[in-house]
Amino acid sequence: MMTQLADKPDVDDLDRSQRIDLLRQMMLIRRFEEKSAEMYAKQRIAGFLHLYTGQEAVAAGAIAALRDDDYVVTHYRDHGHALARGIDPGRIMAELFGRDTGVSRGKGGSMHLFDAERNFMGGYAIVAGHMPLACGLALAAQQLRNNRIVLCIFGDGAVNEGEFHESLNLAAVWKLPVVFLCENNFYGMGTDIRRVSAVIEVYKRAQAYAIPAQQVDGMDVLAMYEATQQAAERARSGEGPVFLEAITYRFRGHSMADPEFYRKKDELEQWRTRDPIVSFRAFLTQDGAIDDATFDRLQAGVEDAVNEAVRFAEESPKPPLEALYRDVCKEEEA
Amino acid sequence: MAETTFREALRLALRERLLADPATIMMGEDIGAYGGSYAVTKGFLDEFGPERIRDTPISESVIVGAGIGAAMGGLHPVVELMTINFSLLAFDQIVNNAAKIHYMSGGQLNVPMVIRMASGAGSQLGAQHSHSLEGWYAHIPGLSVVVPYTPYDARGLLATALRDPNPVIFIEHTALYSRKGDLPGEPYSIPFGQAEVHRQGADVTLIGYSGSVYQCAQAADLLAADGIEAEVLNLRTLRPLDTETIVASVRKTHRAVVVEDDWKFGGFAGEIAAIIMEQAFDDLDAPVARVCGADVPIPYAKELEQAALPQPADIATAAKGLVQA
Repeated sequence: MMTQLADKPDVDDLDRSQRIDLLRQMMLIRRFEEKSAEMYAKQRIAGFLHLYTGQEAVAAGAIAALRDDDYVVTHYRDHGHALARGIDPGRIMAELFGRDTGVSRGKGGSMHLFDAERNFMGGYAIVAGHMPLACGLALAAQQLRNNRIVLCIFGDGAVNEGEFHESLNLAAVWKLPVVFLCENNFYGMGTDIRRVSAVIEVYKRAQAYAIPAQQVDGMDVLAMYEATQQAAERARSGEGPVFLEAITYRFRGHSMADPEFYRKKDELEQWRTRDPIVSFRAFLTQDGAIDDATFDRLQAGVEDAVNEAVRFAEESPKPPLEALYRDVCKEEEA
Repeated sequence: MAETTFREALRLALRERLLADPATIMMGEDIGAYGGSYAVTKGFLDEFGPERIRDTPISESVIVGAGIGAAMGGLHPVVELMTINFSLLAFDQIVNNAAKIHYMSGGQLNVPMVIRMASGAGSQLGAQHSHSLEGWYAHIPGLSVVVPYTPYDARGLLATALRDPNPVIFIEHTALYSRKGDLPGEPYSIPFGQAEVHRQGADVTLIGYSGSVYQCAQAADLLAADGIEAEVLNLRTLRPLDTETIVASVRKTHRAVVVEDDWKFGGFAGEIAAIIMEQAFDDLDAPVARVCGADVPIPYAKELEQAALPQPADIATAAKGLVQA
């Protein structure tokens, strides 16, 4: 049914500390998002806030499989991706708070996190509008022969946009080093994919462009790591793009404004039994990699990190008003 | 100095940059094997190879978007969209991405790219191939909008665009490609935001850009026959706009007619009129006049199409109305 990139998962190259770090990253994302919701309720964060809760394994697993110089370009539900890329939680929280110390200096907000130093080329808020950018970054990598690849993350809502199809075709025809990663959480905002997509198995769309495509369990961080690593290797080898469809679920609404009339409670409860953090903790415990004390220590660590992020954001200065007209255009010569 | 076409002037600037900067690449529909739909890139594929001269699918959005991404990744892409009509399919990329990435990223990323497109009506191509939407792009902070009139403008402004660290919308009026003008033998550049006083005059200022400067120049000849000395301004860039030259001319002539092929309602001519009102109100001896395209989709039939576009006689009539007011 699906194009397999490899016969079986092989994550042996991840040592114990790396596996524990994947768990820690997922816990950090979870705690960061819970705290963001709290800060939103306290009106410290404004605008739209799209939480990543439930999808942590996708970001943590996929981004861990990249090199530091690879590019990440993503959609507006981007906190998890930014954290998984190793961006300081304080600078992300400061951005949500609209502070001068934020990753985008308070100009971007939740949906537009950027960190050029980490090759985190941005969160974008027009559905599928960033996919052509991924092609261009990959074209630059190909042409400059720097052996980088691009991880392009988007949701299932993007697959009916023209830019999705234009991007897949161009990437395939120019053999661009892009890993297209669809986070299929089954809802484009509040609309069930089954109601609006003629073909709901998203990976099949890629096959129309002769791009190898695979479904991955997006609630399993090791499966995500494994699939992305293989996809990245293929993209890096010059064979062209690869398409991954991560099957996942968001545990919260589309945004903080979402009353969630469109999905049933028992569906959510069903998915909660597959919580990626709970299941990976169980896996690592069974494996003897961690015990309860280790887990508690990790939990305390992320708690501290998130509290520190809030403290940093709160104490950070607001952007000066003279920043309003700054950075509309770059001043120096290219 | 050598007499050169507008098309050849563009070629010279592009070729000069392609030779000087290995990071400069071109992408677009039919720019390679076909040689460019207006033959600007003829021969480039052979000279620079398929990696730098890239024929693309007919996918305007990803052509521009990939150009933006490539610019973020260290290349200097020149994207050709064939015509401004097709650029509407890439409007999202231009407006939401190219114009905003530097700002949204807090200044971390920038987009050094040039987006070239042909514009204008007058060739009986019908409503969907005859747009003049320069004013739409001029509305967007983060973009530069370049509207050359002479071959000298074309080469000098394109040379500047190709070195710009920000996205540049470069508009080429289809009626100008084969028009000739004198060019210096050596490369040169023209800074953005410097209008040209195309013809000196003391009685009325005719303000045009791109193809409409030609209509203004023709109108100035008609007016001269009636003893009215019109000054003709060639704006060269809409964003940044050379407000100083506009205001200085109006202070001298006390009258202005703004001319553009685009529709009058909500158009760029209204912006210029407002600037004159804001900055030179006391110098005006008459209200600013606008001569613009008729408020209709551009029709096919020759007589109707010509009636829809500003003609020298229309401009001259408007100017006389101001002088006699």
